[in-house]
Amino acid sequence: MTTSPVPTPGEDFMSAGEPGQELAVEQVNDVETPDQWWQVIWSSKKARVGVIVLAVYVLVAIFAPLIAPHDPLDGSFEPLAGPSSTNWLGTTTSGQDIASQLIYGSRISLLVGLFGGLFATVIATVIGLISGYAEGSLLDDGLSFITNVFLVIPVFPLIITLVAYSEVRGLWLIVGVVSITSWAGAARAKRSQIITLRNRDFVTAAKFSGEGTWRIVFREIMPNMSSLVLASFVGAATGAIAAEAGLAALGLGDSRNVSWGTMLYQSNAQGAIAQGLWLWVFAPGLVLAILMTATTFINFGVDLLSNPHLREDA
Amino acid sequence: MTYFARKFGFFLATLWAVVTLNFLIPRLQPGDPAEIMVKRMAGKDAALDQAQVEAMRAMLGTPTDSLWHQYISYLGELIHGNFGLSYTYYPFPVTEVIAQAFWWTVVLVTIAQVLSFVGGVVLGAYAAWRRNSRFDSVVTLGSTFLGTLQPFWIGLLLLYVFGYSLGWFPTSGGYEEATPGWNWPFIQEAVSHAFLPALALLIVTPIGWILGMRNTMIMNLGEDYIRLAKAKGLPDRDVALKYAARNALLPSVTGFALALGGVLGGAILVETVFDYPGMGRLMGEAVEQKDYPLLQALMLLTTVGVLLANLVADLLYGVLDPRARRAEG
Repeated sequence: MTTSPVPTPGEDFMSAGEPGQELAVEQVNDVETPDQWWQVIWSSKKARVGVIVLAVYVLVAIFAPLIAPHDPLDGSFEPLAGPSSTNWLGTTTSGQDIASQLIYGSRISLLVGLFGGLFATVIATVIGLISGYAEGSLLDDGLSFITNVFLVIPVFPLIITLVAYSEVRGLWLIVGVVSITSWAGAARAKRSQIITLRNRDFVTAAKFSGEGTWRIVFREIMPNMSSLVLASFVGAATGAIAAEAGLAALGLGDSRNVSWGTMLYQSNAQGAIAQGLWLWVFAPGLVLAILMTATTFINFGVDLLSNPHLREDA
Repeated sequence: MTYFARKFGFFLATLWAVVTLNFLIPRLQPGDPAEIMVKRMAGKDAALDQAQVEAMRAMLGTPTDSLWHQYISYLGELIHGNFGLSYTYYPFPVTEVIAQAFWWTVVLVTIAQVLSFVGGVVLGAYAAWRRNSRFDSVVTLGSTFLGTLQPFWIGLLLLYVFGYSLGWFPTSGGYEEATPGWNWPFIQEAVSHAFLPALALLIVTPIGWILGMRNTMIMNLGEDYIRLAKAKGLPDRDVALKYAARNALLPSVTGFALALGGVLGGAILVETVFDYPGMGRLMGEAVEQKDYPLLQALMLLTTVGVLLANLVADLLYGVLDPRARRAEG
């Protein structure tokens, strides 16, 4: 992920040129030195906003014990209290501090997003690349079929069914179920991408120099698709965050931890809406939506990497 | 014709895969699945009710048989439409329970899906035509933000504002007193009950259509045939609608069926929030009550529905775009 998606020959030594030289050949340099990948992402206003918002969320999650005023599961406050200096957003029906729950909840969402996105991307990359590189073979037919099946099965009902059967509903079960059900779209995108790449000269050269298939696919070709891999990671992470929230809101979450989804489940189960406790419902959904908007915005920036035509839009 | 034959073949193969997956999921756990499930439903300490275990067996097959025999008898039951008995609504068969809920969800989801498709495609096409205008950025950014909202959360907010605070719409159920059927009072009640759930689904879904339509349309607008059409002096309106939009619409047709799965997923939570008598709420109930036969049947039915929609979309795409028939042939 250290180079831009389509490295041009000579990129490295051009960008390492001395300042004086750069000034002299400024015009040429502008054309021939592609921006580094983080510069491209940063150049998009939306992605910049997304990165900053995400950074705030990550900091809040890491330093939750320092920021949160109370233990999220401590039920010793007066139930159903309105916002006050001790309970910033009021308390739940069982006397827990809503603000602290909100702060700790960011941990679950970010963890599920990180690992769910990571595992789904690994599955998608391995299946997509192998299937595309072996295009037309029996292996490709098999893998493509599996991909297409997972693509048409409605994900959320499948996740619910899988989770409903298990006795222990920990974080890792949710991460696992989400990642094995949501990789298909990304795998198909990677398959079509590698099909366009696999007949390039550099692949032929690698073949003739006697490199193994595994090495060609993952060391020679994959770095050229890093922006696509990054985009699918961000997309999968966003999906995983949403899936966790949905599962937890249905009562299938990890009951030992507080997440925004479990907050929504509790508030709905306790009839928060009918009692007019709108903050309890409003807050978790809003922070969730802002986080997901941030990751979606980041993907606008990542799209600029793979599709230079879009850059003028930013 | 091979295009259509291949799509139909894929449908059958996927159907088989889904049916098999549905067979395997309950058997992934170790031990006798029937006994485990009955135990779980009754609570850890309760004695095993032999009748319930038998009922469970009827759905799962005898565990002493080989997996292959179980599979064969499972397929046999399925062909005869026998999905077992529901526990929540004992002693009603799962199929009867689902039949009660079926049309509620079909109508709700169809309305949400069609309206969001039409609205999204129109907005996306106009955003592409007026690319980089204020309209474009409002639509793109707005739908991105709205698209990340959770339908059930929007449902809760709508319920709070329009249901409880303003009292404009009923807060739960599918109808009040009217007898279900084709009579005016019932239709009125059904519409007013379905309005908020449909709105909750509608707010979230158009983002895919808007962005997809906008991007393909921008690509199409860069093509030579558009330049030619403009050079010929065709009015802008014709170039936008009859040339660019018409071509850009094609990929959205295949997306239509895939998006249906997402809307159905959203409907599970939205129906639960609004206590709407459809299959989504039933699925939420089945999860809560550990009503596995009901859950399995709902999962299978939902998936088959999406598969069918997908088949229709694929066939339609083949009719609409002759290139698709040739390209893959």
